[in-house]
Amino acid sequence: MVAQNSTEIAVLASNLVKFFGRFAALRGASYPFLAGNLYVILGDNGAGKSTLLRVIAGLMQPSQGNLEVLGSASLRKVAQRVGYMGHAPLLYDELSGMENLRYFAGLYGINDDAVCRNAMQMVGLDPELQRRVGQYSQGMRQRLSLARAVLHNPDVILLDEPFSNVDVRSASDMAAILGRLRDAGKTILVITHQAAVMENVADAFVHMSAGKIVSTTSNNPTPAKEAGMGRPAAESATARPR
Amino acid sequence: MSTLAMTRATLMKDLRMEWRSKDAINSMLFFALLVVVIFSFAFNPSAEESRHIAGGLIWVAFLFAAVVALNQTWARELRNQVLDAYRVSPAPANALFLAKAIGNFLFVSVLEALMGPLFIVFYNLRSVGPPWQLAVVTVLGTWALVVNGTFFAALSIRTRNREIMLPLILFPISIPALLAMVDSTTSILTGDASPDFWIKMLLVYDVVFTAVCLLLFESVLNAE
Repeated sequence: MVAQNSTEIAVLASNLVKFFGRFAALRGASYPFLAGNLYVILGDNGAGKSTLLRVIAGLMQPSQGNLEVLGSASLRKVAQRVGYMGHAPLLYDELSGMENLRYFAGLYGINDDAVCRNAMQMVGLDPELQRRVGQYSQGMRQRLSLARAVLHNPDVILLDEPFSNVDVRSASDMAAILGRLRDAGKTILVITHQAAVMENVADAFVHMSAGKIVSTTSNNPTPAKEAGMGRPAAESATARPR
Repeated sequence: MSTLAMTRATLMKDLRMEWRSKDAINSMLFFALLVVVIFSFAFNPSAEESRHIAGGLIWVAFLFAAVVALNQTWARELRNQVLDAYRVSPAPANALFLAKAIGNFLFVSVLEALMGPLFIVFYNLRSVGPPWQLAVVTVLGTWALVVNGTFFAALSIRTRNREIMLPLILFPISIPALLAMVDSTTSILTGDASPDFWIKMLLVYDVVFTAVCLLLFESVLNAE
C-alpha cells in the first residue's frame, strides 16, 4: 500500500475516535505508519488531520481506539523520542531564537549549546541572531519551530502545517530538510495543504475525510532518494494525490 | 533532567521574560498604588485606627494585585500555544507548577517590598508587636496566595472568561488564609494578642495546599 523504507511500525493507530462534546472529529481512524517513512496527511478543513496528530503527540486522549507509538501505548514513556510542531509556533515571543531552543532543549535533558546551534543552522537561521522571536518573520518562526521540534533528535516527527504563511522558497527549503531527516531514518508525519511542496520527498500521501483515513497514495522509492537526494518531481507525478 | 533543575530553568526563563516585558510587575504596582491612595483618602484614619484596619487593607490590596500577576503567568504560556511544547516533552509537570508558583512569589514579594513603605507613610503605621513576626506572616501569607492562585489560574486557562473565573474560584478558597493573614497582622500591629495561632494556621494551610496542588497539577495541565 505504501512505499516502505522499513516494515517496522512507528505509529499504529487503531480505530481512533475522538469526540468534542457530541461532535466526532475522528471516527475510527486506523493506519500503520511505518518507521523511516515520510507521510503527508491531506484532507479538507475539518477532516480530522490536526486532531489525529494531537492524539499521536499525546496532547489529546482518544475517546476510543488504541494507539501505539514506537511500540508503546504510553505516550509519556516515549515522549523523549517524539517531536511535535504545532499549527502555532510554540515559541516565546519575548526570547531570542537561541534562548527559546536552550529552554526547550532543557526540557529533554539537553544542556549543550552546540545542539541548539546545530538545530538553528540546520534550518538556515543564524544562532548569533539576538532579535527576539516576536520580531521574526513568519518564515523564520516556522523554521525555528521546526528546529525546536527536532533538536532532541526524535525518532518520530509530527508537523502540523509547517508551511502555512511561508513563502515558496522557504517551504521548499523546509521540505528538503524533512527529506534529509527521513533519509536519516526518522518517521515523519506532515499535515499540509501544499502537497506539491512535499511531492519530491514524500513516501506516501494519506488522505483523510470526515475523521477517517480513506486512502493512501504511494510515492515509489527511487535510487535518488535512496542515496539521500530526494526524489525528482517528474517521477512522483504519477503518485500525486487527488 | 531532574524536577529541581527543570524548575530552575523554567523559573529563570520566566524571570527573564518578566524583566523584559514587566507586564506583571507594572500592572500589580499600579493597582496596589491606587488602592493605597484611594483608601487613604476615603478613610483618612488616625494612627490608632490605622493599626486596626491596616491588616485588612494591606492583604486585600495584595490579594487583588496578585490576581493580575497570576493571570499573566499562564497567559504567556497560552500565547503561541507554548504550553503544548511543554506538554509533549518528558519534563515533569510539577517542575512547571513550582517554577510558576516561585516566580509569582517573587513578583508579589517585590510588590510588597515596594508598597510596604508606602503603607507605612500613608497610614502612619507603627508596629506595637515585634516587627520580625510581620516578615514571617508576609512570607507565609504570600505563599498561600500564590500557590493557590497559580493552581487555579492554570485550572481556568481553558475557560473563556478566565480573568473573571480566577477570582471567583480563588477568593472563596483563600478565606481561611486571608483570615489568618489579616488577624495575625492586626495582632502584631496592635500588640493586643499573640499572632501564634494564626501563624501556625497559615503554615498548615501552606503545607496542605502546596501538597494538594502538586498532587493534582499534572491532571490540570493535561486536561482537555
